[in-house]
Amino acid sequence: MFEQYLSLAIKAIFVENMALAFFLGMCSFLAVSKKVNTAIGLGLAVIFVLTVTVPINNLLYNYALKDGSLSWLHPSLATYDLSFLGFLCYIGTIAAMVQIVEMALDRFVPSLYAALGVFLPLIAVNCAILGASLFMVERDYDLGESIVFGIGSGIGWFLAIVALASIRERMHYSNVPAGLRGLGMTFILTGLMAIGFMAFAGIQL
Amino acid sequence: MKNSARKTLLDPLLENNPIALQVLGICSALAVTTKMETSVVMCGAVIFVLTFSNLFVSLLRNNIPNSIRIIVQLTIIASLVIIADQFLKAYFFNISKQLSVFVGLIITNCIIMGRAEAFAMQNGPTTSLLDGLGNGFGYSFILIITGFLRELLGSGKLFGHTILPLVTEGGWYTPNGLMVTSAGAFFIIGFFIWVLRAFKKEQIEEEG
Repeated sequence: MFEQYLSLAIKAIFVENMALAFFLGMCSFLAVSKKVNTAIGLGLAVIFVLTVTVPINNLLYNYALKDGSLSWLHPSLATYDLSFLGFLCYIGTIAAMVQIVEMALDRFVPSLYAALGVFLPLIAVNCAILGASLFMVERDYDLGESIVFGIGSGIGWFLAIVALASIRERMHYSNVPAGLRGLGMTFILTGLMAIGFMAFAGIQL
Repeated sequence: MKNSARKTLLDPLLENNPIALQVLGICSALAVTTKMETSVVMCGAVIFVLTFSNLFVSLLRNNIPNSIRIIVQLTIIASLVIIADQFLKAYFFNISKQLSVFVGLIITNCIIMGRAEAFAMQNGPTTSLLDGLGNGFGYSFILIITGFLRELLGSGKLFGHTILPLVTEGGWYTPNGLMVTSAGAFFIIGFFIWVLRAFKKEQIEEEG
């Protein structure tokens, strides 16, 4: 039992890293990785939102949307299949959760709130968040697995963005060709990091 | 008038490309481009969703309360994506399986939200429609180039037909395994930006 969760977590953090293996959450990944501090803040916010939304969407899928899943409400509802409404429901949950995180940060950690700026509401449209929920549905995780998967993929994304931000801070000391400065170089760096993370693909779990 | 409409439509191709300059919609650009087939289908879906979401957001722009505009926009986009997804499942089932979660991820594709927020909320329906089409094509442009290079160099094929005969099948071409992996996509787009900026000097970023 425990071993199964542990291997799922390691898989989510390293082998199937959200950012470097599936390219999810790339937009904010590239845009907010200029400084390590903001990268850490955004990474933490992503971990939190993922940990909350994946299990909620799991419950939503298993008890409201899946084929015949409404039968716990009334036996006559067993024939309904609402899974085509999935996208709308997941994104609704995510938007609501992001709003809550935003209000909480504004109240308790205003400095981080100011630093994240427009990227906080944009977590709602961060593909990593919706992507995790969709992977959860596609792979049919149960509640326990989806909690572990949520935290694990959040941590994986956090590690990737902090690593990239530290490299980009060092890049100030290098002389990059004019056309590659900024975005172009970041792509190449991310590509090199993705090669690094491919080393984990050999791990047998 | 005609000139500005043309500008709205054509600017996003090279001058103001959504991927290379606005840093929008990169996730799917990288993930679906291992093959031409999936890239083309993905482009079609994105152009459809982007054009119509821009149109509808623009039509509703005077009736959307500012405080809940994100949720309204997301609902419009998500409904359009559901249509696209159901259509693909019905007519292109195999490709829809290969695209897996990435059709659903069009919802969170920043191009669509970004254009709705930055353009459609301020402009009339016709120009918004053109802006949607233009950005859709700008996005497709990069996607198709990337898909072309990755499939050709990574497996010697285009649309599943063999172009460069592989060594393993008695030909001469040794496939470049890097192109099929995620890292290859990053390199291609990185170099594409480099080439683009070599011609368009004004897009070069300051040393920050």
